[in-house]
Amino acid sequence: MQSKPIVLSILDVVSIIVLGVAAYLALVFAPTELVMGDVQRVFYFHVGTAWVGLLGFILAAIAGIAYLTTKDMKWDRFEVAAVEVSTMFFFITIVLGSIWARPVWNTWWTWDPRLTTAAVTELIYIAYFMLRQGIEDPEKRARFGAVYTLLGGLSAPITFMVIRLFRTIHPVVIGSQSAEAQGGFSMTTDMRTAFFFSLFAFTIIFIDLIWHRIRLGRLQDKVEELKLNLSL
Amino acid sequence: MATKSKMIGNRKLKVGGRKSSAFRFPPSAAPRFLAKPTFFKATMAIVQKDLAAEFRSRELLSAMLVFSMLVILIFNFALELDIKVRQSVTAGVLWTTFAFAGTLGLNRSMAVEKDRGCLDGLLLAPVDRSAIFFGKAISNLAFMLIVEAIVLPLYALLYNEVRIFQPAFLGVILLGSIGYIAVGTLLSAMSVQTRTRDVLLPILLFPVAIPVLLASVKASGGLLNNATFAEILTPLNLLIVYDVIFIAVAFMVFDFVVEE
Repeated sequence: MQSKPIVLSILDVVSIIVLGVAAYLALVFAPTELVMGDVQRVFYFHVGTAWVGLLGFILAAIAGIAYLTTKDMKWDRFEVAAVEVSTMFFFITIVLGSIWARPVWNTWWTWDPRLTTAAVTELIYIAYFMLRQGIEDPEKRARFGAVYTLLGGLSAPITFMVIRLFRTIHPVVIGSQSAEAQGGFSMTTDMRTAFFFSLFAFTIIFIDLIWHRIRLGRLQDKVEELKLNLSL
Repeated sequence: MATKSKMIGNRKLKVGGRKSSAFRFPPSAAPRFLAKPTFFKATMAIVQKDLAAEFRSRELLSAMLVFSMLVILIFNFALELDIKVRQSVTAGVLWTTFAFAGTLGLNRSMAVEKDRGCLDGLLLAPVDRSAIFFGKAISNLAFMLIVEAIVLPLYALLYNEVRIFQPAFLGVILLGSIGYIAVGTLLSAMSVQTRTRDVLLPILLFPVAIPVLLASVKASGGLLNNATFAEILTPLNLLIVYDVIFIAVAFMVFDFVVEE
């Protein structure tokens, strides 16, 4: 039985602190946006969670490839951790986005490319868990999971490009000048501080959660092993 | 039954005939006809087997066809397909029908292999495993195209939609079917090996196949509404990109899906 690594415990504390600071920066420190008002403050966490959500899906696809080439179960544990954590973060992103969209777009949901891609990506990874649930053999489960994350990781960007053909109203805040009409805005220095800090904070939290999940996966495997030994 | 007897026949031929003989002869001295079949030959053998089995039983095609007609019937009442609505939804209705009928066919075609242990037989054959993938994919594509070849004229007849008989429209249908079947064949090989089996295939397939369905709807809808070629070029390009990427990926990972 391995005890919890000390670095992980430190990371837990750091995560809580950075989350608190990010919340302070987003809710108090950053100036109120002129047109949208306080609801714009959702933006900092919305982008923060979306960033780690996407990061996790990319990492999962890479872990999938790594698993298929090395057949090392550690990659499978990493992949599951990344998908699980990212699915949750992505869900938070969608919910936060809806909260913002209600007053700004006057609707909770619209079939905009980014929203649709987010929904489809979320569905891909829910399907991923259903696939894993249906397989008992851990080795086969890992193999199929890896193949599916790879397919999902490839199909999501194409989905985005395809739906873009239909229409878009999602604001592009970073690197765009003409988004004001869709609910975009330009950031002041203080907003930038809050924004980049929340990206940083969520990255830390993401690493912390993934680490925990990998550790949990390892312990799960160990329990399985012990159960097997007992029954023999 | 046709599948089984044929398969056992094939296997006997390969295990008893070709492989053991290859051990007796040094490779260079082995007679030509005992050599490992070429990739193309192996692929075609599987296609031939599937088509022969299907034309004897007609289980799959009849199910797909009846199902397609029912879907169109339901759409007729659900969407009130009058002339005005049809302008905008024909492409969507057709693609939904094909996608649903396609899953039916994909499920069945892989379940037959799994149920009677034929997949193991195929895997024992001394051929490249991706030949099995391409064989299954081509026969699945053939079934889907046959269904489309019957459903499209019927739809044209029922709704007086002669616009669907333009070469470009049929080309889009073909491209869309290729992409859908490529990823569908791979995923059906996965889903038959799980506990939930046929329930799982649409859940796995639809989110991954959304780009191909949307691009096809966009391109074929554009063609029906007399869009210029420049307007449908982007969905068409994406369709081709999807086809190429997913055929390549399926080709590369199929080994991992069937290995034991």
